[in-house]
Amino acid sequence: MDAEAAKLIGAGLAAIGAGMAAIGVGNVFGSFLESALRNPAAADGQQGRLFIGFAAAELLGLLAFVVAMILLFVV
Amino acid sequence: MAASESGKIDPMHQFEVTPMGSFNIGGSEIMFTNSALWMILAAVALGLFMWGGMRRELVPGRWQAAVEGFTGFISSMMTSNIGQEGRKFTPYVFSLFMFILFCNLLGMLPLGVLGLHPFTVTSHIAVTGVLALLSFAIVLVVGFWRHGFHFFSLFVPHGTPLPMIPFIAVIEFISFMIRPFSLGLRLFVAMTAGHVLLKVLSGFVINGFNADNIVIGSVVSVLSFTLMIGISALELLVAGIQAYVFALLTSLYINDAVNLH
Repeated sequence: MDAEAAKLIGAGLAAIGAGMAAIGVGNVFGSFLESALRNPAAADGQQGRLFIGFAAAELLGLLAFVVAMILLFVV
Repeated sequence: MAASESGKIDPMHQFEVTPMGSFNIGGSEIMFTNSALWMILAAVALGLFMWGGMRRELVPGRWQAAVEGFTGFISSMMTSNIGQEGRKFTPYVFSLFMFILFCNLLGMLPLGVLGLHPFTVTSHIAVTGVLALLSFAIVLVVGFWRHGFHFFSLFVPHGTPLPMIPFIAVIEFISFMIRPFSLGLRLFVAMTAGHVLLKVLSGFVINGFNADNIVIGSVVSVLSFTLMIGISALELLVAGIQAYVFALLTSLYINDAVNLH
């Protein structure tokens, strides 16, 4: 396989990671909303934890994006 | 938005740091770049925003209420995450939050239609990395200042079984050392990704108008433009969330240094 083609395929595969992170972030907010509707009084106190979970899940998707960008523009 | 020449989309061009002038300090040439210009603009805008809201009127007007909303938000975050001792670090975290927020938002300004190209300062890891290292340095200094070598107990959580301590300590150490990296990387990549996405979509709009097939071209253009409006709104949200996440994680790391765990 041509090296250039392999790079592009690798960058495309890295996009799977971004999609997976979307599932993760959706899961974080979905679970939060689900439990916040069960007990709205406790929801406000958990917002910090919500965003910590969001940040952790999102970072991995951003890493996948970094991998794609490195493959496309750096290597 | 820069028109993509010859139909090729170049999404990375917008992140180029270009020198706008230079001056000499002690024999070495210092470049004044567009990055520095937009940092100064962000600082000036932030200064104006704060100056307008710090009149200390008994009944706050709209402006003062906006500024007090931000300060109250950060100081309540600090007290809930760190406790009463967190108030000492509120000025630092507040300036960090507001500076990142203003840089993010200034980079989103649609000044491209006037021929002025806004530069997102936070889309460079050189900038976000330094901010993250600053937070990390504060954590280290405060941690060793308050606890001395007892600070290393951070790497061994309470109740770790004795045989597990070597493994847990190594993992905790790695996760501690990777913090400034992940903190800076998150902000930098989130801003870069959003701007690349917007640039690619704007390239679609322009290429659609220039397409030979007018029907397909206009459908692509209109759809891409609609999507761009939505993504722009999302980017405003991301600009706020990333600034908040940066401040939140900084406050959590400072909490580790102040209270151990």
